[in-house]
Amino acid sequence: MITLNEFTAKLELEFDDMEFGPLLPTTHYRTIKGWSSMHALIVIAFLDANFDILLTGADLKQTQTIGDLYNLMLQKK
Amino acid sequence: MPKHIEYSSDYDLFTEQDLNLFIKTTGIKERRVASNEVTCVDLCYTAADSIIEKFGKEDIDAIIFVSQSPDYFLPASSVILQNKLQLNKTCLAFDVNLGCSGYVYGLSIVASLLQTGYLKKALLLVGDKSTISTNYHDKSAYPLFGDAGTATLLEYDSSAEPWHFNLQSDGSGENAIIIEHGHSRHPINQSSDVLHEIEPGIKRTKKDLALNGLDIFNFALKEVALNINTLVESTNFLKKQIDFCLLHQANKLINESVRKKLKIAEDKVPYSIDFFGNTSSASIPLTMCYKLKDELLSGEKLLLLSGFGVGYSWGSVLLKTKHIFTNLVEHD
Repeated sequence: MITLNEFTAKLELEFDDMEFGPLLPTTHYRTIKGWSSMHALIVIAFLDANFDILLTGADLKQTQTIGDLYNLMLQKK
Repeated sequence: MPKHIEYSSDYDLFTEQDLNLFIKTTGIKERRVASNEVTCVDLCYTAADSIIEKFGKEDIDAIIFVSQSPDYFLPASSVILQNKLQLNKTCLAFDVNLGCSGYVYGLSIVASLLQTGYLKKALLLVGDKSTISTNYHDKSAYPLFGDAGTATLLEYDSSAEPWHFNLQSDGSGENAIIIEHGHSRHPINQSSDVLHEIEPGIKRTKKDLALNGLDIFNFALKEVALNINTLVESTNFLKKQIDFCLLHQANKLINESVRKKLKIAEDKVPYSIDFFGNTSSASIPLTMCYKLKDELLSGEKLLLLSGFGVGYSWGSVLLKTKHIFTNLVEHD
């Protein structure tokens, strides 16, 4: 099973051309400057492609940090 | 398609970061936008006129217009087009109100009609002038859509192999893509023109197209590949036999996610969204014209077409084509 740190590093690759700076498990991803609904689409695509988990907009709204996303992934797995 | 081009890089509401992200996720670099006086009927007329010029119009017995941007509440735009194109009065004509799934549904309707044996040829006119209903101040919708109208001439061939369809609908998605005001449920009233700020960068009125991108994305990931796999499994074909898979040009992230789920190679899934944006029901035939002109003309091809979106409505068709002539025409 992927660890939280591995999950965070893998997700960061999806945003490698963005100027977010390093992502951490504690990063409140939705408050990152410049975060938009397009980034949310990338997160949903990332979880679907890598973990076969399909999140809704409502699911995403329950999460604040990368750690929350990871835990949600584990719950849905 | 209209001649006028709008570039994503010229859109005022985008910061540089917005633009880069927009192009990365949607793929859209430019779109064709019709002028105020040009409607979808005009675009489809231009396309149909070009077909008639090459193939004639004598045996056309049916004209079906699939669009969500007709000229009027009534009469039906298909009937107006019958007259504009000077088709026989024996020609049957009706409109179908569907968006992104419209081309596949249109093919299904035409195939059913032709299969009766009473009609020789049918003209399927499909497209939308989506830019009439997107608000410039809504960056979640305005830069996505382009305008296009298409015409497909179909003739019954008793020796042709069957076409295989899988058509679906789920009205629980009615609010995911919607124009709320302007029809019977919410006729135009004083509140229809009030500009609401939904979030920074997204302002629109109730007369404008509203999109819930996350819900649409979720729907597409859940349903489209499943629909296609179910279709293919119901036939004697294998996915690896498909020459080209033409997906509705929704956005690149959605389409690539679907393609990867289907495990179909990149070179079998052509894109036109880079240059035309999301052109609603026109996107599949537009992609055929833009990317596969020579391939479709050269010989027999097994095609998988899949349209999905507003409704939700979605469907796919697996069909063989032979020596299909395609042509891109610009509308002045």
